Amino acid sequence: MDKQKDIMIPEPLLMPVIEVEHSLFWESLSKNELRIQKCSNCTALRYPPNPMCSQCQSFDHTWELMSGMGEIFSYVVTHQPTHSAFRGRTPLATVVVELNEGPRLVTNILNISPSKIKIGMKVQIVFQKMNDEITLPFFELID
Amino acid sequence: MLIIKWQCSECLFALFNINDYDASMVDQSKVAIAGIGETEYSRASGRSELVLTLEAIVAALKDAGIDPHEVDGLMRWSVDTSSEAIVAENLGIKNLNWFGDISQAGNVGAALVASACAAIRSNLAEIIVIYRGVNGRSGRRYGSGAVTGRRGQGLSAFSEPFGLLTPQHGLAMMTQRRMYETGITSRHFGMVSVTERFHANRNPRATFFGRSLTIEDHQESRFVVEPFRLFDCCLETDGGGAIILTSLDRAKSLRQPPAVVRAAAQHAYASSRDYTDTAAKFIAPRLWSQAKIAPSDISVAQIYDHFSPFVIFALEDYGFVARGEGGDFVESGQMSWDGGILPVNTSGGHLSEAYMQGMNQLLEGVRQVRGTSTAQVLDVDFSFVDTGIGTGAVVLEPDNYG
Repeated sequence: MDKQKDIMIPEPLLMPVIEVEHSLFWESLSKNELRIQKCSNCTALRYPPNPMCSQCQSFDHTWELMSGMGEIFSYVVTHQPTHSAFRGRTPLATVVVELNEGPRLVTNILNISPSKIKIGMKVQIVFQKMNDEITLPFFELID
Repeated sequence: MLIIKWQCSECLFALFNINDYDASMVDQSKVAIAGIGETEYSRASGRSELVLTLEAIVAALKDAGIDPHEVDGLMRWSVDTSSEAIVAENLGIKNLNWFGDISQAGNVGAALVASACAAIRSNLAEIIVIYRGVNGRSGRRYGSGAVTGRRGQGLSAFSEPFGLLTPQHGLAMMTQRRMYETGITSRHFGMVSVTERFHANRNPRATFFGRSLTIEDHQESRFVVEPFRLFDCCLETDGGGAIILTSLDRAKSLRQPPAVVRAAAQHAYASSRDYTDTAAKFIAPRLWSQAKIAPSDISVAQIYDHFSPFVIFALEDYGFVARGEGGDFVESGQMSWDGGILPVNTSGGHLSEAYMQGMNQLLEGVRQVRGTSTAQVLDVDFSFVDTGIGTGAVVLEPDNYG
């Protein structure tokens, strides 16, 4: 790994625990694809994953490929390491990105100082492989 | 000169489409809070959460004039560690006819009151104690995520790896978005903290009794999770509290003037993923139609202030003021006991009295009905208590039922 390039890439504070119902989400990320649940009955998108469509109560769904483009909907900056996982990592910005297709994802923005982040900035996805099972969806600014 | 306008009942009812709700379906047999009790609030209680709980319950029963053996219902926050069984064993309860805990986190005070009211109206229990005993500073600290963290399991797999790890993170996310949408500022949040500190300075039980806070202190305080500064964040407290509910008929014969439960509504927290509104927009129509009053009829309010902006959001989302006007309402002194149109968090709230996850605010809501607050509002008709992020609220009133 290119250390210089990775310097602004946040390692996850902790690793996600993969559950059976969410496995297709993580498998597609490992193939550098962001796929979001889409109801087969009413076509509503939903994230994070859930068994049932809240619009029409259908269990049937597909995993729809997203563009990976969106904009910053909101953000927070952790300054005080209130949780042990933050030690040595602050200040850390955590961001909600609203995808162009609608769903909102919690993520981090790469290669930007937390003080520069603003609501409305345009961003695109960056797939960051953590291990054989887990690739996390981070984002970066679109120039 | 800023002029604060209350929303009139007509706009409010139109806003919430309140005519869709049939208040005649609400059972009109009244339940009242007949006793309140609490321990001292500290950073290190030196005793167990069970002992704090039992001390508070005994104080509340004594306040009401009820023998512990008469209690037949026990209810608690699911995050509370003192089980109904161990509490019943200590109190010597022979017939525990109604018990249960309500899940989520700190935000279930109103849901517990609503559930207790339903049980009493249905004759499933006669005297129900709702209790909370917690070493929130010397034991497991909420601010660290020790109570609510999921370690990446379940749906937290989609938020915790990126830093939404403790209660303040998701709430800060909503706050930042609302600042963007409505123009409220950190200075508005600061005025919430300053006003509550002023109230705490009148309350000898308050953690910050005798310690003043200025808007400059607030604005110069460090960020914890931006946009929350240190003085936007609630205390972490060791302490216990309890309330006793029974039928109004029974309460009339007891030691204290009853605080009648005029309305109680609840909602779960899941809708928060929008990061835009609190759950109050869902429960407000039910609450106000159940109470058959408008927000402008409320004399005094206690609002769950784990973080100061949530006082402003509650004022807006319950319909006390229009969305975006809560900041000006607070900055112009309208939530102050000293001359405000609606005094809020008159004991100092979670920011300056104690953080008992809504219990201390239920107690203060009752004191305002009784006329015993250290920042007492004159002629209280209706006392409002929000118990967290708009997920539950109670309207209390004096006994005007003959």
